[in-house]
Amino acid sequence: MSILSIQEVSKYYGDYQALNSVSMEISKGSIFGLLGPNGAGKTSLIRIINQITGPDEGKVLFDGKALAPQHISRIGYLPEERGLYPKMKVGEQIMYLARLKNLDKASAKKTVREWFERFEIESWRDKNVEELSKGMQQKVQFIATVIHKPDLLIFDEPFTGFDPINTNLIKSEIRRLRDEGATIIFSTHRMESVEEICDDIALINKSHKILEGPIKEVKMANKSHNYIFEVAGDFNGAVPNGMQLLEQKSKEGITTLKVSVPDDNTSELIKQIVSNQQLISFNEELPSLNDIFIQKVQAV
Amino acid sequence: MNKIGLIIQREFSTRVRKKSFIVMTILGPILSVALFVLPAYLATLPGDEKKVLVLDKVFLMDNDKGKEGLRFEYLNPEKFDLDAAKQVLKETEKYGLLYIPDGGNMDPDWIKKKATLYTVGDANIGTVSYIEGRLSNYIQLQKLKLENVDPEAVKRSRTDVNLNTINIEEKEEKESIGIIKMGIGYVSGFMIYIFVFLYGAQIMRGVIEEKTSRIVEVMISSVKPFELMLGKILGLAGVALLQVTIWLLFGGLMYFLASTFILGDALDAAAVTAQSNAGNEKMMEIMHKISLIDFPLIIGGFLFFFIFGYLLYAALFAAIGSAVDKESDTQQFMLPVSLPLIAAIIVLITALDKPDGPIAFWFSMIPLTSPVVMMARIPFGVPAWQLILSMSLLVITFLGTTWMAGKIYRIGILMYGKKPTFKELIKWISYKG
Repeated sequence: MSILSIQEVSKYYGDYQALNSVSMEISKGSIFGLLGPNGAGKTSLIRIINQITGPDEGKVLFDGKALAPQHISRIGYLPEERGLYPKMKVGEQIMYLARLKNLDKASAKKTVREWFERFEIESWRDKNVEELSKGMQQKVQFIATVIHKPDLLIFDEPFTGFDPINTNLIKSEIRRLRDEGATIIFSTHRMESVEEICDDIALINKSHKILEGPIKEVKMANKSHNYIFEVAGDFNGAVPNGMQLLEQKSKEGITTLKVSVPDDNTSELIKQIVSNQQLISFNEELPSLNDIFIQKVQAV
Repeated sequence: MNKIGLIIQREFSTRVRKKSFIVMTILGPILSVALFVLPAYLATLPGDEKKVLVLDKVFLMDNDKGKEGLRFEYLNPEKFDLDAAKQVLKETEKYGLLYIPDGGNMDPDWIKKKATLYTVGDANIGTVSYIEGRLSNYIQLQKLKLENVDPEAVKRSRTDVNLNTINIEEKEEKESIGIIKMGIGYVSGFMIYIFVFLYGAQIMRGVIEEKTSRIVEVMISSVKPFELMLGKILGLAGVALLQVTIWLLFGGLMYFLASTFILGDALDAAAVTAQSNAGNEKMMEIMHKISLIDFPLIIGGFLFFFIFGYLLYAALFAAIGSAVDKESDTQQFMLPVSLPLIAAIIVLITALDKPDGPIAFWFSMIPLTSPVVMMARIPFGVPAWQLILSMSLLVITFLGTTWMAGKIYRIGILMYGKKPTFKELIKWISYKG
């Protein structure tokens, strides 16, 4: 079941086309990685989801219904360019943003207290935002994004400005929110964090969607058909017909080899190896998302 | 609607709590009352008394004692000559020495030419003109005597005339009170001008601040840009109205207190003399004239033109703020918005002089100038159709401008980097959702 269904959405700014018939499905309760180089159209898409702008063509369904103003209170958005009112007190600021998301005063107060306790920042309540450090402001902004318990959360580069400890804190909060039923759209350039926490991804480049699916499937579809194995001692067998030995390295009595197997039928190769010598490990070489990203973007 | 309420609330409360607002709101009336009252109060204070020695060889001055603050002290003309008198001036720290020599057969015109004031340092203009006045008075008496005219008869025949002016175009023939009407027209027109500029600039700065602090993207993921703009404009309108109200109340109170306790005493004391009885009559006359002014119409008109004039310009200022990244980039857009306002304040003077003239008429119809210029005309009476036409044009233009400004604002707040041109702004208006 998709919480968000984007159907052939196009967006123009004057003569410039920011999105070209982009479609994607974001399933409920998943963490969805929205990837793409700068200027690919990610922000345009996010703004359409937030109803900051509307699509010129195509449509967007939220929970099966056409996206409408009443959905705003069910979406939380952390923009890449962070911002808070510098001269407003932290507590008032979060309350204000929460109430703009239709949270009533009493429950806003209660939730704010919970989050302040969770992040152990009660002492910040009466400080002006401009007195806080960048990292502290980011935490406040994170709370402001999730305060109204939205069903759909959009994080644009959520980890910039955080130290490793706070990055981990935010990561675990994102997972916890997902486990509590929220869907998360996660837009970033940092492929390692995508691999770590995303379930599905989509890649946008030059206003086109060029890739979509669960991470595992994307990797499988983009694999190199190369296999890496280690044997004890020197490799003294031969690579079967149709396969190609790409690399061979020896170190401390162990030889590592990389073999290309175009049809992925590895049984011949394994038989060859085990009949001659001891096999220590045998792995398929799967591409990292980083590799796929660079390869796909450069191919266009 | 609920969200606009929240935005209005925030804009209002953060600004009202600012130190600058509190300081301005308190200092404003104090300063303006001080401007009115202080000079009047200072004038009543007994200042340093100046003493002027008089060496009157011909007994022209009839032992005149001078006035409060400027006393004449006479030297015996038989014992002193000019040099001795100068010596006394130097030794006694008196302000000056008035020397009226004898000779010339008591010819008044000869005396006029020869009378001299010696002072230590430069003579003060007020003192000189007072002494000149006294001298010309006594020389005139002298001349009357030479012509064999009884000075008492001249005094009796002197008459003060206060010309009654009546405007027959008004429904009832009211006594004309042009000066007071001009004053009201000028002050209210000027107030609108000042507030539009001050608060318009605040709106613009607020929008730029939201843009530079990047809060705006968070905001418009919760509310429509138009709601954000409107909330800001209305919130500031509340602040402006609060400030005006406080000023009017506070200023009125201060003026009342000041005039009762400070000027009141001075008036009572002065009322003993015949001269200020005439002054009191004048006061009564002014009070009577003020009571003839149609205050409900003026106040109603002021509030209407104040609010809609502000709203019209506020939307334009918000649009400018949205189009730029920093305040220094606003110049080129400020010019076309400021020009009509500045034109209005220039025309205001003409309109006060000729409230029914063609310039006053046209500028009180054009919506960008009508809030200021119409206020100059309202105290003098404006035909109902003109008032209604001007108000309708203002409201329609306000709606149109706000719609247009909203379009620019919506695009502008998300645009960073390049400063847009007018052409681009017009293009933004045509963009759809």
